[in-house]
Amino acid sequence: MTGTASPWITGLGVIAANASGKKAYWESVLEGRSGLRTISSFDAGGYPVRVAGEVLDFDAGQHLPRRLLPQTDRMTQHALVATDWALADAGLTPSELDDCSTGVITASASGGFEFGQRELQKLWRTGPAEVSAYQSFAWFYAVNTGQISIRNGFRGHSSVMVAEQAGGLDAAAEAVRLVAKGTLRTAITGGFEASVCPWGLVAQIPSGLLSTEEDPRRAYLPFDPDAAGWVPGEGGATLVVEDADRARARGAGRVYGRIAGHASTFDPRPGLGRPPGLARAIRLALDEARLSPEDVDVVFADAAGVPEQDRAEVEALARVFGPAGVPVTAPKSMTGRLYAGGGALDMATALLALEHGVIPPTTGTASAPPELDLVLGQPRETPLTTALVVARGTGGFNSAVVLSRV
Amino acid sequence: MLSLEQLVQALRKSAGDSDVADLDGDILDLTYDDLGYDSLALLELFATLKRDHGIELSDDDIFELKTPRATLAAANGKAAA
Repeated sequence: MTGTASPWITGLGVIAANASGKKAYWESVLEGRSGLRTISSFDAGGYPVRVAGEVLDFDAGQHLPRRLLPQTDRMTQHALVATDWALADAGLTPSELDDCSTGVITASASGGFEFGQRELQKLWRTGPAEVSAYQSFAWFYAVNTGQISIRNGFRGHSSVMVAEQAGGLDAAAEAVRLVAKGTLRTAITGGFEASVCPWGLVAQIPSGLLSTEEDPRRAYLPFDPDAAGWVPGEGGATLVVEDADRARARGAGRVYGRIAGHASTFDPRPGLGRPPGLARAIRLALDEARLSPEDVDVVFADAAGVPEQDRAEVEALARVFGPAGVPVTAPKSMTGRLYAGGGALDMATALLALEHGVIPPTTGTASAPPELDLVLGQPRETPLTTALVVARGTGGFNSAVVLSRV
Repeated sequence: MLSLEQLVQALRKSAGDSDVADLDGDILDLTYDDLGYDSLALLELFATLKRDHGIELSDDDIFELKTPRATLAAANGKAAA
């Protein structure tokens, strides 16, 4: 992934609880405006988890053909619209792209839970005749890749990565590899999540890792002494990856950067006494980028908000960068953890940070351990060339991506 | 008797309004393909017709009944039988 020929990221599309659209999202993040609220799309009063980052200010009907609405979960509607935005941001018109060398690689974690819940309720109440035929694919892990391909007429290699919160980084790295080796010339990558519904929540609660704090301002405090779990969020991001020569030849207006390195590792089985794989993923990603820790200007943290996991992340970062050796931030404190959408949104945020030379703040958290240089409260203006994005997926997944300006 | 109006209503309800044609216009002899509906959309339509109007069409009819006129004829033939 090194050298001038490595693919460029030329378009971004973002949907999140604090704002949708790249510009509004970036303004929101710089202002530290949080999208975490008491759950309002259904009555969550009877559930132990009350706070989420719901995408409420989004009307799919304004953006998508009416025929698509009955057959899509909200996470797919978000994916389709954010992809439209990312393509427009890149200055690309789908019908003008070569269909067989344009592909879609998305991350998936939950799938279409809300759609699935609705259909299961029909099955349970009245029987199979009521269940929508669209349930056959609307819930499915691969549905966003499929619907994005169909809507835009892309017929190139397409696939899906499932690695919980780490999947978004793996999907982007796979997109870059496919473009670098010439399988694709343009790749759409990203991840989306919209599982804040009763079934989606009930599926997550048994992990014991979600915050049960009822005050949205106190619910998700990564690295804080009062951290008590994370808050689930909705939304995600789409990134357009292009062959650099092609992007240059067509005069692409803006190049956000490139993925200079990526690695993923898997944690050892509990009880073996071996360290988790996060530090190794970071080192391997830096190796691939042929960079050293000193070259990294900012880290976008996984920021689980679960004390034990926060400690492990602080240790991993200190092992690679030295104590407080690099500025660290977690803008996901404003959106919640987006699972499939997490890596994609963090990459989009990191690319915007590189573009503007500003590190967006972590909100909510009042104090962090001294070994961590966490950007708190206010954005930090500083020249940025290289950003590291890390993500851990429940079950042992670790991924790291090195993003560099071109 | 199933009317065209009821058929259109069921179509909108089950598979979403057409983006390529005005369903309130003269659509009797347009194909579902022309109207922008695929086989899954028709599966949804047939499920709605059964649920709301008690009209039972077979899965094979999805591929046989290509226009609203054909669907109405089959539905009303069966309803009358």
